[in-house]
Amino acid sequence: MSIEVQNISKSYNKIKAVENITFNVNDGELFGLIGPDGAGKTTIFRILTTLLLANEGSATVAGYDVVKEYKAIRNSVGYMPGKFSLYQDLTVEENLEFFATIFGTTIEENYDLIKDIYIQIEPFKTRRAGALSGGMKQKLALCCALIHKPKVLFLDEPTTGVDPVSRKEFWIMLKRLQKKGITILVSTPYMDEASLCDRIALIQKGKILKIDSPENIINNYEKVIYDVQANNTHGLIRDLKNYLSQYSVYAFGEFIHYIDKNADFNPNDLHDYLKNKNHTDIVIKPAIITIEDVFMDL
Amino acid sequence: MAKKRDCFVPRNDNMEQEKIITVQNLTKKFGSFTAVKGISFDVYKGEIFGFLGANGAGKTTAMKMLIGISNPTSGEANVAGFDVHSQAEMVKKSIGYMSQKFSMYDDLTIKENITFFGGIYGLSRIQIKQKITQLVDELELQDVVNNLVGSLPLGWKQKLSFSVALLHEPKIVFLDEPTGGVDPITRRQFWEMIYTQAYKGTTIFVTTHYMDEAEYCDRVSIMVDGAIEALDSPKNLKEQFKVDSMNDVFLKLARNVE
Amino acid sequence: MLRASQPIAITKMKRFIGFVKKEFYHIFRDKRSLFILFGMPIAQILLFGFAITNEINNVNIAILDKSNDAETQKIIHKIKSSPYFNIENQIDKESDIESEFKKGKIKAVLIFEPNFSKNLETKKVAIIQAITDATEPNVANTIANYTSAIIQNYQAQKKQSKSNQVKVEVQTRMFYNPELKSVFNFVPGVMTVILMLVSAMMTSISITREKELGTMEILLVSPLKSFQVIIGKVFPYIFLSIINAIVILTLGYFVFKMPINGNLFLLAFESILFIISALSLGILISTVSNSQQTAMMLSLMGLMLPVIILSGFIFPIDSMPLPMQVISNIIPAKWFIIIVKAIMLKGVGIQYIWKETLVLIGMTTIFIAVSIKKYKIRLE
Repeated sequence: MSIEVQNISKSYNKIKAVENITFNVNDGELFGLIGPDGAGKTTIFRILTTLLLANEGSATVAGYDVVKEYKAIRNSVGYMPGKFSLYQDLTVEENLEFFATIFGTTIEENYDLIKDIYIQIEPFKTRRAGALSGGMKQKLALCCALIHKPKVLFLDEPTTGVDPVSRKEFWIMLKRLQKKGITILVSTPYMDEASLCDRIALIQKGKILKIDSPENIINNYEKVIYDVQANNTHGLIRDLKNYLSQYSVYAFGEFIHYIDKNADFNPNDLHDYLKNKNHTDIVIKPAIITIEDVFMDL
Repeated sequence: MAKKRDCFVPRNDNMEQEKIITVQNLTKKFGSFTAVKGISFDVYKGEIFGFLGANGAGKTTAMKMLIGISNPTSGEANVAGFDVHSQAEMVKKSIGYMSQKFSMYDDLTIKENITFFGGIYGLSRIQIKQKITQLVDELELQDVVNNLVGSLPLGWKQKLSFSVALLHEPKIVFLDEPTGGVDPITRRQFWEMIYTQAYKGTTIFVTTHYMDEAEYCDRVSIMVDGAIEALDSPKNLKEQFKVDSMNDVFLKLARNVE
Repeated sequence: MLRASQPIAITKMKRFIGFVKKEFYHIFRDKRSLFILFGMPIAQILLFGFAITNEINNVNIAILDKSNDAETQKIIHKIKSSPYFNIENQIDKESDIESEFKKGKIKAVLIFEPNFSKNLETKKVAIIQAITDATEPNVANTIANYTSAIIQNYQAQKKQSKSNQVKVEVQTRMFYNPELKSVFNFVPGVMTVILMLVSAMMTSISITREKELGTMEILLVSPLKSFQVIIGKVFPYIFLSIINAIVILTLGYFVFKMPINGNLFLLAFESILFIISALSLGILISTVSNSQQTAMMLSLMGLMLPVIILSGFIFPIDSMPLPMQVISNIIPAKWFIIIVKAIMLKGVGIQYIWKETLVLIGMTTIFIAVSIKKYKIRLE
């Protein structure tokens, strides 16, 4: 097992940042910590990369204890903290060289590992890191975290604030890295990225809500969700919320995801109700359930 | 080149097809680099207008010009009836603005923040008092009204800043990635607040990286490399590009350029 | 659009007042700015008040009495009982004067000419020579004046008992700095203060910048050990500060004609030692600062005035109240100024300044040790 976390809790000034966190990450797995800001993701990362001490519980990374054997962990993992911490006034090349040197290796030695990623920023290799766009900084930071061929890679919100295209490219890169045998622990607030992981842990307000593969989580979700659409979206939401047996009503892109309290719910009843409310172009159909749906119902 | 639809279908019968933002050949250059390449478009009163684009596409630069804090190199833009070049101060006074990076002062209480911004917008003491009561009720902040804003969870802060941006009841409100990192439920509550405002006739100009939020907009423009490559309703855009979601529209557009 | 129906002028005023009110909130809620606004000025006014003095108190002097008669004894007694001087030593011959000065303990030597009483009676004039260590020109002057004052006082008293018109002349000779150039005091002093401030500030800012940017996190989660980071940060600044020191000394030598009487290598060694101590102080500051701003405030405002005042290059330490004299011992600058002046102006070798050198080495070691200990290997 690459990462083992047992009952970790951590508080800052009596505020519990994370409580009773337990999960494992297998060798070569791409594991996602999914949750919004303030859920406790960064705290967990910092405990696992030995930057913070937990108040309770224990954890090991690559077989080393995070407290007693922290030096071994620091020598062997790759870490990309939030805000893509790079040296803004060093060039792309200089940043990479620096990180290679402090880990006792050279760019050439592990070049094959970062090649796919580095090619995309190579044209800019003499540009200062501060002058790169968000997507490119992200790629450079990933290269710097990989350059010493770590066994475990920790990526704390690597896609936050970056446009969807760069995000997608980044995850393709992660998948390729995974094939090379690196264990990857990623955190993200974007629920749609969850489906790209082998397994995920849904986390909110310092507690883990569920751990499983994305497919299992969706398949095990028992309720039925309907896509509902009409011409007047605002009015539709209002009327759906006033519908007696409604359980939850949430906008999901062009459709509203509607869940009813009753197991024997008949969508036609809803259709009639909406027609009576003068809605036009009504569409009601079963929805494809996403991780976000499950998260919001936890 | 994507088809651009100039007209907008009003939300209800009371709304006219009044243009509240007109942009013509708006350009911004930094030395030899052109960040915004002569964009032109209109935004109608009461519309929820999504302004999308990749990082570095020129989105932020364009928005800065529209809110009157950056001078265009050439071209014209008219916001809420004022020219952004010559009447920038009037533009600033007539709009609301909220960004993810800055919303409120963390070391002031909720009440103090509202009082401060109310004063800046020129509200009288009575009006400020009314607004405080109104906001606290709407957002259910009774228990924390005298707490420092810094102690609030992110979602509450975002909802509060949206309300503060609307204190002086402006005709347009500019939202710069307002829901970044916020949990899914709060995000949707936020958008319900946006819908409510739009129904009252406030025009919403919003940028976001969440493609599902792009679907909530009446029309969406997508900037690539300094130019607007697409401008239409989400439905039409999906039809045009033969895809199912705005996410795929975005991917198709951005990929084509590379 | 919602606007209050009131005159525009009032709106503008209210807007302004609202803004000012907010600024007050920020200031009073930030403990650090309160400390700088009120705490530091109060501390420094007290410091200034007690330290600044143009008077002298308990200045150590030596006496060379070539007469050893009744008159000289009376005068010496008077000097002894005055609060201004403290007679450290009585020497027998002029050749001892130089070594007394080199030892650095005394600031002046009073020489009573031979046949003092006799000369008073017969020639009506007797001479006391005041030879002062003019590496501190201000003090030298003051000593000369105070000596004259004491003598005059003595004469006035004497007049009451006898009706002789006698005169005791005080001739002053400035040792080491005959033209009483204040620049000889100035250049070493400024060099010390600048090296101290710049070194401390630059190192502390450099380290806290990493903390602020977040890159410190990555450095921590890497094979780099804490002492490697610290030394790595300090290294470039050692070279840069040495260049600084060379520039200042060169300017002093060529432009202001400052002598460098002592061993150049010794001077270089001591300078490097001092630079390292200042840099290690900077590291210490960075371990208690979380932002560059705090580091800068602590280095500049926290260090600057105490160093300038308590290092002794403007105001004589000996004349300060005892608590301040004690505190001045922990300021590395104080010891370095003594060393530099001794080497440059007095031309002494290591045998005279070994004590001060040892103190500097000790301080540096302590700063570095504490810094390494306080250097956080975790984020909390």
